[in-house]
Amino acid sequence: MTTIVTPPRAPAPESAGAPGPHAKRSLRHRIFGRQPLGLLFSSPYLVFVLAVFAFPIVYSVWISFHDFFFAAPGANPERPFVGLDNYIYAFSNPAVIRSFGNVGIFLLINVPLTVVLSLLLASALNKVVHFRTFLRVSFYVPYVTASVAVVAVWLFLFNGNGLVNSLLGPFAPDPSWLINENLAMPVIAIYVTWKQLGFYILLYLAALQNVPKELYESASTDGAGAVRKFFSVTVPGVRPATLLVLLVSTVTGANLFTEPYLLTGGGGPNGASASPVLLMYQLGIQQGQPDVASAIGVVLVIGVLIIAFVQNRFVGERDS
Amino acid sequence: MTTTRRQRATGIRHPRPSGWSRTQSILRGVVLTLGALVFLFPFYYMIVGALQKDPDPTIAGAFPNPANLTLDNFVNVNDRINLASGLVNSGIFTGGVLLCTVIFGVLVGYALAMLKWRGARATFALALLVQVIPFQLLQIPLYVLIARDYGLADTHVGMILPFAINSTAVIIFRQYFLQLPKELFEAARIDGAGELRLLWSVALPLVRPALVTAVLLTFIGPWNEFLWPFLITKDAALQPLAVSLANYISTVAASADNPFGAILAGAVVLAAPVVVLFIVFQRYFVSNDLGSGVKG
Repeated sequence: MTTIVTPPRAPAPESAGAPGPHAKRSLRHRIFGRQPLGLLFSSPYLVFVLAVFAFPIVYSVWISFHDFFFAAPGANPERPFVGLDNYIYAFSNPAVIRSFGNVGIFLLINVPLTVVLSLLLASALNKVVHFRTFLRVSFYVPYVTASVAVVAVWLFLFNGNGLVNSLLGPFAPDPSWLINENLAMPVIAIYVTWKQLGFYILLYLAALQNVPKELYESASTDGAGAVRKFFSVTVPGVRPATLLVLLVSTVTGANLFTEPYLLTGGGGPNGASASPVLLMYQLGIQQGQPDVASAIGVVLVIGVLIIAFVQNRFVGERDS
Repeated sequence: MTTTRRQRATGIRHPRPSGWSRTQSILRGVVLTLGALVFLFPFYYMIVGALQKDPDPTIAGAFPNPANLTLDNFVNVNDRINLASGLVNSGIFTGGVLLCTVIFGVLVGYALAMLKWRGARATFALALLVQVIPFQLLQIPLYVLIARDYGLADTHVGMILPFAINSTAVIIFRQYFLQLPKELFEAARIDGAGELRLLWSVALPLVRPALVTAVLLTFIGPWNEFLWPFLITKDAALQPLAVSLANYISTVAASADNPFGAILAGAVVLAAPVVVLFIVFQRYFVSNDLGSGVKG
């Protein structure tokens, strides 16, 4: 850590750290640190983050409190402050309320299923000796493939006379999966679980490498069986990863767009699978009300933050 | 460090020849195999469906009759959406993101790992934070800014801009640079080498696996991305394949005589490059590398 930089004479920008008697700490040095070149190297990234993340977030909040509409480039129309009008307008729309309910259903199915399945599969995968690569690759393949491509197959599978209904025969639901108000959202939740599972398996596999082997050994000497070991060693051992999986799957769920747009033809039937982000697109961009859409977005972010806070509180407590 | 971990992970475990553990490992094998089937079947079905002359949604359709196989679906879908131009646009979009991520991402990663400067910690925290910001929620302000204010709708630049530097890749680069021996760099600095030169001829050659991992990870983002290019491109000639296929699915599918065959043929074309790349380079897609990348 104590890197002492003493270049002989080169007047390079990083040369300012010489601890010699005549070392005059330049002003630049004091402001930017020992190697100000680091700031230069990082500046494109910092500009990028400010332009693409920081400013738009602030701008989004600003839009949600103003009467905002699309204008031609260069035009600078007046956009009066309207207080909470956009929020009131958005949430007096039953479709918006319903979309939040839908994403709630989605998260209730998707998040627990994701945590349980990915931890189980990762710990099984961690112990397996044969065909390890093959198994790993098959679990990751849905994750790396475009949702648009995979949705096409699921449409075919869950179609009214698709393979799933052929297999179920008389037990096939009526109306079929994707046009059934009660089943559309659960099918989407299961689809997303399946699609993303590989990524969470990857996270858990990494976490499992960090669980000390001695814990398993001492549990064995104490006579703990495999199930007991799983619950008393593995589950607490991967707690930080579990928190991460919870957070990431919640954020991913709140971002749901492609699946309801394509799988259920734009959030059908009757808006039973519409997500807030889908409504943001429909209201904000298709119907030209970016202010209303921003209000939905702000509420959605606050909702996600609250859920994340609760998750962090109950799962992440003991670490960090 | 990563290699030893990887070896440990894939290494042979001590078999304990008791009856119970045998049952256990059989059970584990069955669960994993069933899981793998559930994960792979849709891909098999995608290929089968893309090759069938008449779509056969019955159980028999999953084991197709060779006489019913054809490549016509690829021709059909190509008539509706220009597969070649879709692939080229996806390629430009992905290539632009990769280029920016590799150039600027390596620079930040190096600065974060190797240089002492004010703001380094804050920058690293920012890179972590950015990963949990739901991108979709930025759709409205970014659309207003990029499409309306800057007039970059229907341009490749507008498409690339919000994805230009992948923060996960930045963190992976930092992680790898941190593992390099510091003495090497001190020695080279004493010899008068500038930081850019150190980065280019000392650090980069040592972190080649990180480059592959980061490129692979960055590749899947824009190649598979749907919402943003869908918002920003109305001109069909500029749409990446994911967007034109999605438009085909949602609007014109009903009019083709075998919509599923054509859709699935398009899906195969969209999925194939990533799946092939992933299988070829799968050993770089290792839990430890990415895990450290995501965990920071």
